[in-house]
Amino acid sequence: MRGRDRRPIILVLSFVVLLVGGRLLPDWGLFLATVALAKGLVVLGLLLLMRAGLVSFGQGLYYGLGAYAVGILGQQNRGADGLLMLLLAVLVASGVAAVLGLLLAGYRGIFFAMLSLAFSMVLYGALVKSSALGSTDGFNIVLRSVAGLSPERYGRYLFFVLSLTVGLGATLGVHRFIHSGIGRLAAAVRDNELRVEYLGASVRAVVYLNILIAAALAGLGGGLTSLVVGHVDPDMVYWTSSGEFVFVAILSGTGSVMAPFLGSLVFEVLRSFAYQYSPNTWQLVVGVAMLVVIALLPAGLWSIFAVRRRVG
Amino acid sequence: MAEVLAVIIDGVIYSSWLFITALGLTLVYGVMKILNMAHGSLYALGAYAAASLGGRWLAAGHAPWGSYAVLLLAALTVGLVAGPAIERGILRLMYGREEIVLVLATYALFLILEDVIKLIWGVDPYFFSEPYGLLGSVELGGLSYPLYNVALLFVSVVTGGLLAWSLGRTRRGKMLLAIIHDREMSAALGMNVRRVYLITFTLGATLAAIGGALTSPTVAVAPGIGVEVVVLAFAVVVIGGLGSFAGAALGALIVGMVRSCAVHYLPQVELFSIYVAMALVLIARPKGLFSGLEPRRI
Repeated sequence: MRGRDRRPIILVLSFVVLLVGGRLLPDWGLFLATVALAKGLVVLGLLLLMRAGLVSFGQGLYYGLGAYAVGILGQQNRGADGLLMLLLAVLVASGVAAVLGLLLAGYRGIFFAMLSLAFSMVLYGALVKSSALGSTDGFNIVLRSVAGLSPERYGRYLFFVLSLTVGLGATLGVHRFIHSGIGRLAAAVRDNELRVEYLGASVRAVVYLNILIAAALAGLGGGLTSLVVGHVDPDMVYWTSSGEFVFVAILSGTGSVMAPFLGSLVFEVLRSFAYQYSPNTWQLVVGVAMLVVIALLPAGLWSIFAVRRRVG
Repeated sequence: MAEVLAVIIDGVIYSSWLFITALGLTLVYGVMKILNMAHGSLYALGAYAAASLGGRWLAAGHAPWGSYAVLLLAALTVGLVAGPAIERGILRLMYGREEIVLVLATYALFLILEDVIKLIWGVDPYFFSEPYGLLGSVELGGLSYPLYNVALLFVSVVTGGLLAWSLGRTRRGKMLLAIIHDREMSAALGMNVRRVYLITFTLGATLAAIGGALTSPTVAVAPGIGVEVVVLAFAVVVIGGLGSFAGAALGALIVGMVRSCAVHYLPQVELFSIYVAMALVLIARPKGLFSGLEPRRI
């Protein structure tokens, strides 16, 4: 790092630009941007894991936990404040990750991906059969207010500002974490675990911490998505949902903490336009776009993995 | 006692189905180190091809017994067309990249194939149940089981045995093992690694299609049938240890029995139980039940 770190300033500036720009967006655009911001949080968490050389095919677990936590809190109290709901989402997701992380921290590569997948599918299997939570249909979110403001009165813009603020906070936090002592160790763990141990640092602690933060971000993203969409269902936990996050993470690349939001926005826009213009073949369009990105844009996107291959 | 027998029989039937379905996945992973997420779509392609071709065969008034040949033919066609097309057209461009990149390429392929299937066959379900009843059925413990299930068990044992034999006992098989062990060294010794990859992936795709074709008489062939199959196959091969045939057999048996027990005694935990089993095995044996030692990186 040469010179002063300007990224926080850039982040705050883009926050202001987006805050004003959001006012000019049509309703559907605002909705897309809000969902992209919410899902970008999950991808931001994956970015942290990828820095440590880990890929999780089960982030849907924490995403879904966050969403259902929000939903259940809303139902229990006939509506609650959005901020309180999000807080609960983060607590539930990171609480579960605190336990599962003890196990997951010992896994690497494909086995890490598969064990996370197994955990997320356990939750899926449970949700699908629980009629109290609407089984496969899920249920609607009851929301009373967001930070005391009424959603009916401020409409979509309120959710946009909420997502933007949460996104800014999370990004600044992650940025700080990445540049802290233990945050920097993630890249070292990816390169060579044994030498990290020689340095006197605990590989396990580094991995555990990254799992925990990634889960908290996924829970936050899930909670936010459910607030914006107004509905939760078990598909949020299904493996295709987790796979989508991994894809967006790869699409974004790991170069910057802002990349996940850009990647997420590109993906949401691509998907909704594909869905708009060819409803029966939107997956085809998205799939082809993915292949093109993977095949033609290797350098910028996979630089993180290139390092590993050389060492192996 | 009768209930226990029913549980075991159902478990064995489900296991043999799982084994056929998962075999191609573990083969492709073992040789090429690609976790093929499009495996379920190839399975779905096989099921659709079998159901539509078989339906036509019967509609044309041909002998019903011929429908078994049609099933197999449909699966072979899917495997021999889709396999090389995917390997040559897409995967070949990505060899040498990180494992996760290849996983994502097959994920993209999965999305593409889901829609391709809808474009070709539409969204209405296909029914092709004649072959299921054609073999008659046997009565065991007061319940009647179609003999088609016995055929399924037979096919899975024969396929598994054949693959294990050709890997361990034939010249080509031994070359394949060498390539699994060290790709670069094998290439340096003059083995045609590219061709082996092509053959392996085609074989894997064909096995997936056979799994789908054999299943088509027992279910309604409708959009989305591949999506669940691929995670089940993941569970099977991960429990067994990726890339191991014996592991896949044991994994299939475990998942099959767990599910069968769940269905009979506690139906509400059916799906749940399979993934709990997968998680528990991974917790106890982080690399699956049958896994070799890996060199440590320093």
